[in-house]
This record gives sequence, C-alpha cells and structure tokens, in this order.
Amino acid sequence: MDAMMTMTEKGSGRMKFADFVSRGAICADLAAGSKEDVIRELTASLVRSGAIAEDDLESIVKAIMKREELGSTGIGRGVAVPHTKHPSVDRLVGTVGVSNEGLDFNSLDGEKVQLFFLLISPPDRPGDHLRALENISRQLRDDTFCRFLKQAKTAEDIWQLLEDADNNHFGT
Amino acid sequence: MEESNLDTQAKVREVVVRNSHGLHARPADLFARQANRCTAKIEVIKEGVRVDGKSILDVLTLAAEQGTVLRIEATGPDAQVALEALAKLIEVDLASEETIDQP
Repeated sequence: MDAMMTMTEKGSGRMKFADFVSRGAICADLAAGSKEDVIRELTASLVRSGAIAEDDLESIVKAIMKREELGSTGIGRGVAVPHTKHPSVDRLVGTVGVSNEGLDFNSLDGEKVQLFFLLISPPDRPGDHLRALENISRQLRDDTFCRFLKQAKTAEDIWQLLEDADNNHFGT
Repeated sequence: MEESNLDTQAKVREVVVRNSHGLHARPADLFARQANRCTAKIEVIKEGVRVDGKSILDVLTLAAEQGTVLRIEATGPDAQVALEALAKLIEVDLASEETIDQP
C-alpha cells in the first residue's frame, strides 16, 4: 500500500511519533480516574517535559475539555485522541499515556480507553494535525502495536514501541 | 444470500473536502457514523489508497486536507442513498458547520 501513496503538496510527508511526541511527557500507568483528570495528568506531563508553559496548563485543559463536549475523541479500540488548537504552541506537541485499568471516556464504541494520544497544535497548522492523526490511526490499526502499548509498563517501553512503529515494525 | 446485479455493482461519487481543517477526528467520526447507517459496503479512495468508510481509524488514515478529492464507492441495496448522504455530509454539512470544523 505504501508504494501507492503519493504526496500532494510539498512537505506533507508522513509524520512520525518522534516528530510530535514529547519523550519526557510519556505516562505509563496513568493514575487519573476521570476524563478531565486524565486530560489534566497528560497536559501536566507536557509542562514537566518543557513542551508547554505551566501558565498555559489551565487554558489548554479547558480547551481540550470543550472539544470533548462536541463529541468524544475516544475513537474506539480502547484509544482516545484528546486534542485542541492553542496559540501558545508554535509546533504540534503531544504525549502518550497508558492506563492499565482503562477508563470511561464516552467512547464511540462504548469501550473503556487505555491508550491516550494528546495533541496540541498551533491554530494555523491543520495539515500537521491531520498527519499526526493519520500516523496514530494507521499504526493503531495494527493489533500487535495496540496490544503491546496497552501492556507497556514504563515510559521507556512506550517510547521504544513508538520508535519501532516509526521504523515500520508494525502494520502498513 | 443472492444479490442482484444492481446491488453488487459499486455506485461511485467523487467529492471534494471543503472545510478548512480537512477530515480530522470529528468529520471522520461523522462520516463513519453516517456510513454505518447504511447496509451498503462503503469504501473511500484517495490517490489509489482504499479504506473502509465505516471505520473511523481507516478514514483518519486518509489525512484528507482541504481540497482533497475523495472517491466514495458504495455497494449494496441502499448504495445510492448512502452516497447522497455521505456526499452531502462532506460537501455541504462540513463545509458550512463551523462547530464541526473545530478540530
């Protein structure tokens, strides 16, 4: 299938996890038990990794929650992609979190969510946001990748899996 | 189950993504929901890449930006109705509804 992919515009090549995931913000074993808490936990981890400023935390959490009100970003298969545009970032930043128990996220398929990919994009870069979603959804179609991520015990394990995915060890 | 010729031949419609943010999570969700309302098999093709229109993950892998031409193929008894509804969603509803176009 790869060979059939053609790029329509300059610089619109495939995005990799390493292009937007803030390594120091990856969360294994999320503690949060509710939608807002998990969004806060993931966003706070981006503050800790230096990807976003502490002063912007509340405003970003609020914006992501507002987006969830339009419809859950729990896209099925135990995966959610909470996200927002925010003027405080000048490039797409994101993190990955794994919940061992899974939590209720009003997912489209009603399943609990175990894997979270949180994205914050600059308001004027819809293409990057689309390409990050493309990367996430393409990789998550692979059952092995999904299963390994859900079983990951440490942030380092998660990063390793993302790197493996970037190097085409999974899926298409 | 026997299917008539009419049902097994794909009906086709080309649409252009008009909303400024492209087929991001919310439009992809709405598209897959609409596709799941029909019994016809729905496939979406972008530049030779063919995906299942009833799967939000599949639709998201198209990364269809504004201006992208998508070919929708519907196969089954309600193919024509399905195509009309999906084309309207992409070309009219998404293009005009700002609340849907908030990524």
